[in-house]
Amino acid sequence: MTFIGKDLKVVGTRPIRPDGVDKVTGRANFGADMTMPGMIWGKIKRSPHAHARIKRIYTEKALSLPGVKAVVTAADFPDIAAEEAFAGEAIMDFRDLSRNCMARGKVLYDGHAVAAVAATSPAIAEAALDLIEIEYEVLPFVIDVEAAMAEDAPLLHDTLFTQGVEPKPSRPSNIAKRINFTKGDVEAGFREADHIIERRYTGKPVHQGYIEPHACVAAVAADGQCMIWSSSQGHFMVRQYCAHLLGIDISNIRAMPAEIGGGFGGKTLVYLEPVALALARKSGRPVKIVMTREEVFRASGPAAGSVVEVKLGAKKDGRLTAGEVVLKYQAGAFPGSPVGPGCMCAFAMYDLPNASVTGYDVVCNRPKVAAYRAPGAPNASWGVESCLDELAIELGIDPLSLREKNAARDGTKAVHGPTWQNIGYAETLAAVRAHPHWTAPLGPGQGRGIASGFWFNIGGESSAAVHIAEDGTAAVATGNPDIGGSRASIAMMVAEVLGIPVERVRAIVADTASIGYTFLTGGSRVTFATGMAATEAAERVVEELKKRAAMMWEISPEAVEWRDGMAYPAGPNAGAFEPLSLGEIAFRSARTGGPISAELSINAQGAGPGFGTHICDVEVDRETGAVKILRYTAIQDVGRAIHPAYVEGQLQGGVTQGIGWALNEEYIYDGEGRLDNPGFLDYRIPVASDLPMIDTVLVEVPNPRHPFGARGVGEVPIVPPTAAVANAIYRAAGVRLRDLPMSPPHVLAALDKSDG
Amino acid sequence: MKKYHVSTTINGEPVEFLCEPQQTLLDVLRDTLNLTGSKEGCASGDCGACTVIVDGRMVCSCLMLGVEAEGRTVTTVEGIATGDTLHPVQQKFLEHAALQCGFCTPGFIVAAKALLDENPNPTEEEARYWLAGNLCRCTGYDKIIRAVLDAASEMRREAAE
Ligand code: FES
Ligand code: FES
Repeated sequence: MTFIGKDLKVVGTRPIRPDGVDKVTGRANFGADMTMPGMIWGKIKRSPHAHARIKRIYTEKALSLPGVKAVVTAADFPDIAAEEAFAGEAIMDFRDLSRNCMARGKVLYDGHAVAAVAATSPAIAEAALDLIEIEYEVLPFVIDVEAAMAEDAPLLHDTLFTQGVEPKPSRPSNIAKRINFTKGDVEAGFREADHIIERRYTGKPVHQGYIEPHACVAAVAADGQCMIWSSSQGHFMVRQYCAHLLGIDISNIRAMPAEIGGGFGGKTLVYLEPVALALARKSGRPVKIVMTREEVFRASGPAAGSVVEVKLGAKKDGRLTAGEVVLKYQAGAFPGSPVGPGCMCAFAMYDLPNASVTGYDVVCNRPKVAAYRAPGAPNASWGVESCLDELAIELGIDPLSLREKNAARDGTKAVHGPTWQNIGYAETLAAVRAHPHWTAPLGPGQGRGIASGFWFNIGGESSAAVHIAEDGTAAVATGNPDIGGSRASIAMMVAEVLGIPVERVRAIVADTASIGYTFLTGGSRVTFATGMAATEAAERVVEELKKRAAMMWEISPEAVEWRDGMAYPAGPNAGAFEPLSLGEIAFRSARTGGPISAELSINAQGAGPGFGTHICDVEVDRETGAVKILRYTAIQDVGRAIHPAYVEGQLQGGVTQGIGWALNEEYIYDGEGRLDNPGFLDYRIPVASDLPMIDTVLVEVPNPRHPFGARGVGEVPIVPPTAAVANAIYRAAGVRLRDLPMSPPHVLAALDKSDG
Repeated sequence: MKKYHVSTTINGEPVEFLCEPQQTLLDVLRDTLNLTGSKEGCASGDCGACTVIVDGRMVCSCLMLGVEAEGRTVTTVEGIATGDTLHPVQQKFLEHAALQCGFCTPGFIVAAKALLDENPNPTEEEARYWLAGNLCRCTGYDKIIRAVLDAASEMRREAAE
């Protein structure tokens, strides 16, 4: 059943989230907040080298330190074969994952885990780390993507041969994969062009920067049953990966969802959980491991740095005739950068008749990248959206008109294949044109830029259970960690279907033994896919409630109508009965067939793609090179905002991460291949005093595949900011920045150069 | 390791604990006293997730040693509400949806309370600078700042009544 276009009572309002009070009073339990009887503390010994062969590990001294209960190395994990798994928005290989959790044979980056200890106090565990001696043979290393692609670059893996090239290469390479696809006739398209522009844009890796470091507690009972409590974007993912990495039956692992203190894609992998399990198994004690902030930076996934080359051809009037991009993405130590989605996103927003897209997935001696909000898209759009702006300037067209002229609409065949239906990109452009921000006057030294962004959004496997309590209140259980208010949106959809106030629906996140399989929280899928499962489960409950009322009235269920949480006889022919409330039906459920509940597991299809366009005003300080964001408006097609405040919050948060990416954030390596800025002091994420309010406009083009019309919303907003900021800087200061971050020294250097 | 005996007042209650000399106040709160509302995001004074109030001053509990709490009065996030009644800052955080993951929230609640204790009528800019030591990666700060300013005006209204 669809609720699109219906008069709704709960969806679209802004109730207080069900888990809110726990989170403002300090009662909510996050990853590091768990303790168990007999629990001990684990810590991880990490590589000081960017690239080295592990010759020997001496653990005896550490083991003889009083209080140390176990030490593990790669020898304590099975050496598993290569096997690919679908990891949400990327492909992941279990062999690589195992070696990322615990180095085997070689260390591949500064911070790579080599051994771990568990001891009765954190201080003893720390002391034991110093007693583990490792003999290394230091190897040459390579940090940057183009250096890693060079013929004579130091090789990370001698088993890695470039996929996607013909003939099959005979020599190993750091290029894990080459992707290429085309549409139309690219050469002819460029011949047709009146104007061609060709530019190169670069960016450094940036970290997701969740404030909660990775943390977990693992326990193994004598009969082999394991419990893992951890902060992750998917406890089913934790269960599956740990089972695979340690050779344990999935049914012997129960993974419990801690509250999660931010993830943004960075908690879609395991780092600590398999190690804690191995230590727990060896010591017979529950083991807690919490990363330090330094470990988070050195050893958990940043987003890929990249080099993006863009070539665009257009007619004088701005109509694009051809486009070409080459994307070179750093994968870190193991293959798997998001270059695939990057390739697909590059031109997804435009109606481009002729295009060629080429991508390279390149390993180098950095931590393995992890997903970060719309993984791969910000890199590609940094290039394409900047280049479009340069084209607009050269053609003397305003950048909004240029986008309007070329925007993908319903029926446009995208370069990467699909023909768009029910998309709202043009609607976001129209909203820009109508917005007072677009025409607001600017002061001297100020400039305004715009840029757009796209993300696919995903659906996938989700389970939800709705239970009616004896008093007519309800509970809804799902299997997705609540990372940003999904308990609220799920409870609202269920309340809407049941026709009761949202305060009467309790939303919980169930552990892996208590609900059907649910794919992780990522890809902007939870409100869409899990929301769909919860909505359908609630609809089944309503069917059952109608049946029970029919039984009580002794009429046929078809003659019962459900409205506002009450059963009514449907029309005069059904008979004259006083309506029955949910509470009354529930109270008598024992006499009409027992408890009322429904659980549903689905594989949701039809996630609607998301498009957004941002307007950004900046002021550039010509003395210091500092860029101040004066005003920011994010406009996005969200399908249908279930809880508008949390949708706005997704936009505001994504924008802010994008601004950090634009202006400050970067991984800095020293000459030895060691990370120089693994802390929040030197890796500077935006703080409150850096920013203005972030205005949002929620455009609603309903997604017909979702009962309420929802689309994923969390990822699109990180895509436009880098280019929006650069485009604004150009108009404020007359300099074009093509390398991220646009931090004060870089801006100053560009200003100095332009002043000549 | 030898432990030291410390007497202090936490959230209005007299509290005694034993701690090792290198343990921070945050370690003691979380691991010894089971007050896990204060969070550790960095352990270096850069994120504010561990913010507490000590003798009326806002401090990062990760930068203070447990032994330094001797004779002092400490307020943590667990002590901000009065029984069942939320502090206006907590209530406004809920109403404005000023949290997503909620991990930074305890630090912000404590820091915002400290701000309003000192300055009942902050401007947006004053609030932004006061809270600049608290990192939030989820919200972009917009709704946090709105919640704090709204709580301030509500508290001024209440005080005027
Ligand atoms: S944990 Fe104390 S400031 Fe970050
Ligand atoms: S709400 Fe997640 S860090 Fe602030």
